Amino acid sequence: MELLDWGEIFMRILARFIPVWIALAVTFGLSIAGKRRLGLYGKLFDSPIGMAGFALVMFWVFTGILGGAFDMIVTHDVLAQSAAMKNEVPGTPYTKMIGTVAEGAYPYYLLGGDNLGRDVFSRMVAGAWEVMKIAPFATIFAFMVGITLGLPAGYYGRRLDTILSFLANLILAFPVILLFYLLVTPEIVATGIPVYMAAVLFIFPVIFLVTLLQTRFFTQTLKRNIYVAITLVIGLWLYLGIAWDADPLGIVSFPPNLLVVFVAVVFVNAPTVFRIVRGLTMDIKTRDYVAAAKTRGEGPWYIMLWEILPNARGPLIVDFCLRIGYTTILLGTLGFFGLGLSPESPDWGSTINEGRKLLSIYPHPALPPALALLTLVLGLNLLADGLREESLRD
Amino acid sequence: MIVFILRRLGVMILTALCLTFVVFFLTNLYPNLEKLAKTQGNFRMTDEQVASYLRKEGHLEPLLVKYGQWLGVVPGTTYQGEDGLTGTCFRGTQSAEQVAARPRFCGILQGDWGFSTRFRAPVSAIIAERLGLTGILMFWVMLLMVPSALILGVLAGMREGSRTDRALSTVAITTTATPEYVSGVVLIAVFASSAFGLRWFNGTATSAMENPTFWNFFLPVLTIALYGTGYIARMTRASMAEVMTAQYIRTARLKGVRFRDIVLKHALRNALIAPFTVIMLQFPWLLNGVVIVETLFNYKGFGWTLVQAASNNDIDLLLAVSVVSVFVVLLTQLISDIGYVYLNPRISVT
Repeated sequence: MELLDWGEIFMRILARFIPVWIALAVTFGLSIAGKRRLGLYGKLFDSPIGMAGFALVMFWVFTGILGGAFDMIVTHDVLAQSAAMKNEVPGTPYTKMIGTVAEGAYPYYLLGGDNLGRDVFSRMVAGAWEVMKIAPFATIFAFMVGITLGLPAGYYGRRLDTILSFLANLILAFPVILLFYLLVTPEIVATGIPVYMAAVLFIFPVIFLVTLLQTRFFTQTLKRNIYVAITLVIGLWLYLGIAWDADPLGIVSFPPNLLVVFVAVVFVNAPTVFRIVRGLTMDIKTRDYVAAAKTRGEGPWYIMLWEILPNARGPLIVDFCLRIGYTTILLGTLGFFGLGLSPESPDWGSTINEGRKLLSIYPHPALPPALALLTLVLGLNLLADGLREESLRD
Repeated sequence: MIVFILRRLGVMILTALCLTFVVFFLTNLYPNLEKLAKTQGNFRMTDEQVASYLRKEGHLEPLLVKYGQWLGVVPGTTYQGEDGLTGTCFRGTQSAEQVAARPRFCGILQGDWGFSTRFRAPVSAIIAERLGLTGILMFWVMLLMVPSALILGVLAGMREGSRTDRALSTVAITTTATPEYVSGVVLIAVFASSAFGLRWFNGTATSAMENPTFWNFFLPVLTIALYGTGYIARMTRASMAEVMTAQYIRTARLKGVRFRDIVLKHALRNALIAPFTVIMLQFPWLLNGVVIVETLFNYKGFGWTLVQAASNNDIDLLLAVSVVSVFVVLLTQLISDIGYVYLNPRISVT
């Protein structure tokens, strides 16, 4: 078989992504059709920048889910090596040095092979799934920690604020990479410190949700009891499984090297969220509706969670988008320095790190993951920009 | 003002103490010490050999005592060996008389930053040399980044919503979305690899340590500068756009002042207050960029030293690196606060 030329490679890649195109078309069709009823999300489709960002982000989300979880887009096993394909250029027909090519295997390495003879295209697609598995959840956790601490710091002020702000500034003064090098090593995992940090950080979502429900429904005892009980059971079950790896049912568990990555990323992001929430709270607590709630005799946590937080949502949603992008960059940084994730893992940072060693001779293994990461983060930034514009409009 | 600066300095020292203690704690965990012993001795050491090595080097003292020794507020300890004394304050074996003649305290308060196990040299010499190299890099980064970011921001912000604004803003967003390890890889692949045929620049900056030229130094400088440029440009744009809607600009325009003069004489001075703070606060970010770029381009400066120290658990060097970076971060914050007050007379620190 012959080497594919660039036009054929391009067409074949487009064809591989057909499930993603369909999913994108459906999403956009439904969203545009119902955009007047969808609130802020619907308004996004009025801004070209927001739409472009949303399209880029959803492209990688669908690629991650369909390619990583459902095994649809990838052409070859991401870990399978073929000695005959080492550093081969994009479009090379798939051959093996030992044994024959399996029946029905995809006949080409669309974006070439890396230095171990693995398919660059499949690894790039699988890398999207690695990001999807960690970045959104780590960001949500960081937000819950930041909100749970930032609201009281901004609302009460004084001593509490001084102490929490000092701690936040302490973490922020640390160079991120130094922190990663100190935290994300096998030696530290052996001491169990990440587990303790996870134990502290991951209890915040449970506290946050329970307080949220308690303050809302404490007048309706039955409803309150049911909601809080459900949240506590599910929350503590997940907490035990994720943080302590001690799920009594044995269903939820978290690999230790992934846990340390997760903890490190949450730990780095939470102080910034804390500062944003604290600033917004200090601004919003002077408003009339907060004074009205106080006069009604509402408790401080009700005011924080149900009066102040909903009114701070605009900037927080925008920052959430930006922060997922930043988390993606941080994950890439970890991979780039070979920290945490296993060296075989197809995540973009590790792939870039591996590809850079032969960069001046074979640039093709490093470029696809680099451009993938770039487009995803760019999409998130554009999306945040579109959201900011649309939320300021009304 | 003096009180403000003194208070900030106090907070700064407290922060530095806390942070170095955290670093100290993490690097002195037993698995890390074991790794250190094995990289210093050999990888087949038994547990007893590791323990005896660590005792001899003074690593098995209580944590607070060790931290005090590093600071220089607790006297160094000595150990009786077979042929003399070993101790934390000197290298090798010495006789009792020699030890008695030496100062008992040896911490950073006495100016002794310790000894690097990775480079086998005094830490202060290493840090001075590496910081110098990174200083050269940062100088060129600033020289490239600040003017280009300000020009981009002012051009975009002086006519908000125009086509120039849209185009420049997209460029700015793209550069902020490109981490250094992505832009560096792309730049090397395009401008320094044989695959694209454009071998305009060098893909490594190792030769730039002795003799920086445009050809071996431009790519690392550009890589660091790009990430910061977009951010500063966006801040400048926002500030410029706000100033352009101010009353005095409208007055100047109604008087018939040329648009160029309005921008240069009236708007620019007020629009550049906010970016000043942002530029100062960029330093901590640049530090990250420096670590990545120095690793990518193999330029052996401060960031490269950080990676070396951290991956070899070189305790003294790592502590010195964190002290330096923490002070860089906190000093730039202080300067940006003070500078903001001088630039903007409406704000006072008290």
